[in-house]
Amino acid sequence: MPVEPSATAGAGKTASSRTMISVDRVTKSFGSGNHLVTALDDVSVKIRENEFFTLLGPSGCGKTTLLRLIAGFELPTSGQILLDGEEIGHLPPYKRPVNTVFQNYALFPHMTVAQNIGFGLEMQGKPKADVDKTVQKMLAMVRMEHLAGRRTDQLSGGQQQRVALARALAPHPKVLLLDEPLSALDLKLRKEMQIELKRLQSETGITFVFVTHDQEEALTMSDRIAVMDTGHILQVGDPKEIYDRPARRFVADFIGDINILNAEMTAVKGDVGEVKLASGATITARLSSASVQPGSVSIAIRPENVGLCGVEDAARTAIGTIENAVYFGSGTNTHIALDGGGTIVARNSGETGAPGERVGVILPDRHLQVLID
Amino acid sequence: MADTTAPLPAAAKRRRPMADLKKQPGFNQIAWGCIFILYAPIIVLIAFSFNDNRSVVLWTEFSFRWYVEAFGNEGIRKATIVSLEVAAVATVFSTIFATMAALATTRTQPFKGQTLAYAIINQPLMIPEIVTAVSTLAFFSLIKQLTGVNGIGYLMLAHTVFCIPFAYMPIRARLEDMNLTMEQAAADLYAPPLQVFRRVTLPLLMPGIVAGAMLAFVVSLDDVIITLLVAGPGETTLPIYILGQIRRGITPEINAVSTLLLGLSIAFVTLFFLLGRRRK
Repeated sequence: MPVEPSATAGAGKTASSRTMISVDRVTKSFGSGNHLVTALDDVSVKIRENEFFTLLGPSGCGKTTLLRLIAGFELPTSGQILLDGEEIGHLPPYKRPVNTVFQNYALFPHMTVAQNIGFGLEMQGKPKADVDKTVQKMLAMVRMEHLAGRRTDQLSGGQQQRVALARALAPHPKVLLLDEPLSALDLKLRKEMQIELKRLQSETGITFVFVTHDQEEALTMSDRIAVMDTGHILQVGDPKEIYDRPARRFVADFIGDINILNAEMTAVKGDVGEVKLASGATITARLSSASVQPGSVSIAIRPENVGLCGVEDAARTAIGTIENAVYFGSGTNTHIALDGGGTIVARNSGETGAPGERVGVILPDRHLQVLID
Repeated sequence: MADTTAPLPAAAKRRRPMADLKKQPGFNQIAWGCIFILYAPIIVLIAFSFNDNRSVVLWTEFSFRWYVEAFGNEGIRKATIVSLEVAAVATVFSTIFATMAALATTRTQPFKGQTLAYAIINQPLMIPEIVTAVSTLAFFSLIKQLTGVNGIGYLMLAHTVFCIPFAYMPIRARLEDMNLTMEQAAADLYAPPLQVFRRVTLPLLMPGIVAGAMLAFVVSLDDVIITLLVAGPGETTLPIYILGQIRRGITPEINAVSTLLLGLSIAFVTLFFLLGRRRK
């Protein structure tokens, strides 16, 4: 995989390069015989100390199963899970220094906010004075001091979310697992909690493993993202890398909008390939993997990287006819039918042509990527 | 949202005449008729328990006379104590067993024969009580003959057994309602299995256990058929005593005792209902 100079977007502490969790060739199947379902198929990934790591994928891709395997709610069918160098794959949940924030929070309804937050510490056998002190600290950190004595069913969704976070962080776990914790909140609250989560992560220095199906959330919050589909990890990288250099067609499709064109690769030169477009133009595009062979390939480019120019402009890569232009506020999406087949979308904030008009299309080499399926 | 609101009023309009059963001719009359037949005897019983007269058909004057006599009656007092003793023992043990059964059928990995186990636990509800009574009588006679041991323990055991399914139902329902993630959260927060049970499962299950216990208590207090066959001499429970007295004609004293028993049952059922509602 091509490696660009690190553009890690994480504010605050940057992730160290020490491995915190190592998932080594883990397979997890449910059921048996004809009803055997493989939720994770030979998955390996390394999560670094102190990073905000996101497992991103559609429902059923295995991301929650992977999280539950790390937490200990499921045991791997085969493979190893190492936490800070120690095999934990077969330990029960209560013996793992890992805490979880559940999707529905799972707060104890028969306990107060403070009792909820103190539960983990109490179970670890910490002296009462220490428990109380840490609970106070946690309450302050999530700004819930005034609600310490409340029952949890008297709290709003956002408040419950904060209590769940404080409860999971109180024992200072080595890793905090978050299972789509923001999905139950409305949009405004979700945006607030995204910022809050980032703040808590850099304040505590704890490794966060975050599960989501929301690609925007993943891009905004993560130091690194693992994109998953049907029990496999397809690509691991920082948000910029995942967005700018999707390795596979699924990743390109899943994250943001992208144009995918069919083309013929004629030659490979190092990490770029010479590609002949349907329009006849020859361009060079980056290879997403060394395993790409010359022949029929898919090339990808983001709409915002597609340029428009006059038909006679020397910079043009291809020529096409505008099908329609869709204005969406901060810009316009221009749909163009290319001569020689295929359509492409160009996104820009300036003037664009009217339907039926002939335009030149510029596909800058540095934004083109050859995908593997 | 906007496009789904349009067809709604039309659908609602079409449904209304069908749904409104109350507008059907005769509906009210039948409903009131049923309610009357159900409750009129009870109201008559309660009314005549306050009648200052030996007759159960002629009303003379309001009085607590029969209540006073009932409390003074040695037979009723003794029978009440036996009833409460048997019900208390049966309630405690049947609730413990029912709780264990409910945990075993909801909080374990699904196992082979789970449906069968469920059916066996609930079977006493389906078997005619007289069959259970006769077989229990025969079974206990055999044991008594073999061991020579007698006593009220047999009656308590019989009550415990038939109370189990009644206690089991609300406890199981509560467990099925309870989210498994609550227990997982506790385990995640370093609680070993026993602590998970003590600190999370049991407190959350409490309303179900209390409901089950109350149901078991009322069912035990009420029982006639099994008790009639299993109870030995000197083990007369209140319903059996009432039954015996009625053979010699209805007295207002029995009305008074029945009214008290009814009051107790209503109190328990109401509590059961309130507890059930609080968990929603």
